[in-house]
Amino acid sequence: MRGASVSDTSGITRRSGLRALAFGFTGAQATALIILVAAIILGPAVLYPVFLMKVLCFALFASAFNLLPGYVGLLSFGHAAYFGMGSYLAAWTAKYWGIDAEIAILIGGAAAGALGLVFGWLAIRRQGIYFAMITLALAEMVYFFCTEASFTGGEDGIQQVPRARLLGMFSMQADMSLYWLVAFVFLVGFLLIHRIIHSPFGLVLQAIRENEPRAVSLGYRVDQYKLLAFVLSAALAGIAGATKSQVFGIATLTDVHSSMSGEVVLITLIGGIGTVFGPAVGALLFGALETYLAPFGDWVTVTQGAIFVACVLAFRRGLIGELAARLRLSL
Amino acid sequence: MSEPILQTTGLTKEFRGFVAVNGVDLSVDSGTIHALIGPNGAGKTTCFNLLTKFLPPTRGTIRFKGRDITGLKPADVARLGLVRSFQISAVFAHLTALQNVRVALQRERGGSFDFWRSDTVLDRYNGRALDLLDQVGLHEFADVPAGQLAYGRKRALEIATTLALDPEMLLLDEPTAGMAHADVDRIVALVSRIRQGRTILMVEHNLSVVEGLCDRITVLTRGRVLAEGDYATVSRNPDVIAAYLGSEAGDAAHA
Repeated sequence: MRGASVSDTSGITRRSGLRALAFGFTGAQATALIILVAAIILGPAVLYPVFLMKVLCFALFASAFNLLPGYVGLLSFGHAAYFGMGSYLAAWTAKYWGIDAEIAILIGGAAAGALGLVFGWLAIRRQGIYFAMITLALAEMVYFFCTEASFTGGEDGIQQVPRARLLGMFSMQADMSLYWLVAFVFLVGFLLIHRIIHSPFGLVLQAIRENEPRAVSLGYRVDQYKLLAFVLSAALAGIAGATKSQVFGIATLTDVHSSMSGEVVLITLIGGIGTVFGPAVGALLFGALETYLAPFGDWVTVTQGAIFVACVLAFRRGLIGELAARLRLSL
Repeated sequence: MSEPILQTTGLTKEFRGFVAVNGVDLSVDSGTIHALIGPNGAGKTTCFNLLTKFLPPTRGTIRFKGRDITGLKPADVARLGLVRSFQISAVFAHLTALQNVRVALQRERGGSFDFWRSDTVLDRYNGRALDLLDQVGLHEFADVPAGQLAYGRKRALEIATTLALDPEMLLLDEPTAGMAHADVDRIVALVSRIRQGRTILMVEHNLSVVEGLCDRITVLTRGRVLAEGDYATVSRNPDVIAAYLGSEAGDAAHA
């Protein structure tokens, strides 16, 4: 390359050096991560562990979902299919094969990833609203399959799934033992998602989100990148569903229902699409509303609807998105 | 002078009830700067889209470096070294200027499917990315999100990004459109600097830019080639004057 040679790269490399030390987190993100980890450790002292486990499962589900609209620009309306398949497969294998918890969870994730490979391959052929409609239609097919198939138990679902052992030796019967497993699964998933976003692959994804024709004109075969992102998102959603079935000991049609797909969109939207921490915050808020407004019955749905409308009208970037914009940080 | 690097025969694109590009035989010699001019709606941008495979041609063939690329996908055409820019400035708005250029530089790693690796592995491209930004006068904007750059700077960034691929042939779609005078001069200087060892095909409305830069000019009207030659030949062609310069001959011919 001709032109004046530039020696002033020190600022950029110095910053990168720091980021490498902090697993790719910026200063603000590292602070947020410390708060998140502290909340996970201290949470059970204040709140009901089963509630927190549910929040963590949904936080992972929403973070996995967020990969697509937030970092590739693809809006999926059918993520319940992957969450539900993970849930069913983990519940079934844990109940009838009696395998360890970690294997059941991995099987759930693998099954969802395989489903994501097929569905993603079909859906990425279209863009925008058509992409969303294809994902929705395919998820509806999965729902129908689950109502009819014998292994899912139809309306009853798979019930009384025993809490499997961890690594064949640790009992997960106590809520707090299981809590640490769920917290571990969430954190590993969360860090992996963060890494995906801040990897060479993630940078190409963001380029595709920003300007797909331009990414193509630079020689990127964008469909392959979209498909891999789709598979990763589906597999992680499946792991979230599988973990959830271990927590509650059931897998039911609720997990694959389209309202579940809507819920994850809502959670992500409230927290902030395209932010690393938004989906987790959204899951906490959403879970809290659902649990603590439960005595009011149908008003839960009304309240959720009102919050959704308020979000879209007043702060479209979501809680974390708005906060990040206010503070001029990337969270 | 030399071999044609890019050659089309009978290139045609029909949209429903409308022929945008009609039997165009275009031949671009290696190492030249070739201009594609013509009034609005003449089919210039459609031609670009056909050449880079963003649109499939209805008929005709395209050969690049002697190879038939008519059936290839756009990303694969880019990989062969035929890289385009866009009429509307195409930058990655939320990425910084440096990251924009780096996205192009990281293409040489082959596929970037390594989602488990930190993006700090891309830091080795920072030096070259800054060099490229420096060439287009954007060095001090390296950390600015591209969407916040002024229009002229976005176009400059787009050229830097295209150059990062070190393509054998560049297709520039109106590189100076909507630019202020000073920026136009900067782009002209840049294009004449980067032409070394490359072939450039450009759509350009600013005729003084065309006159100053281009070795050969093809004039399109209504999807057909009306005339071809160097600037002196083409600008004297009565058909061209009638069709293209006619309405604005006074100011456009020597703008």
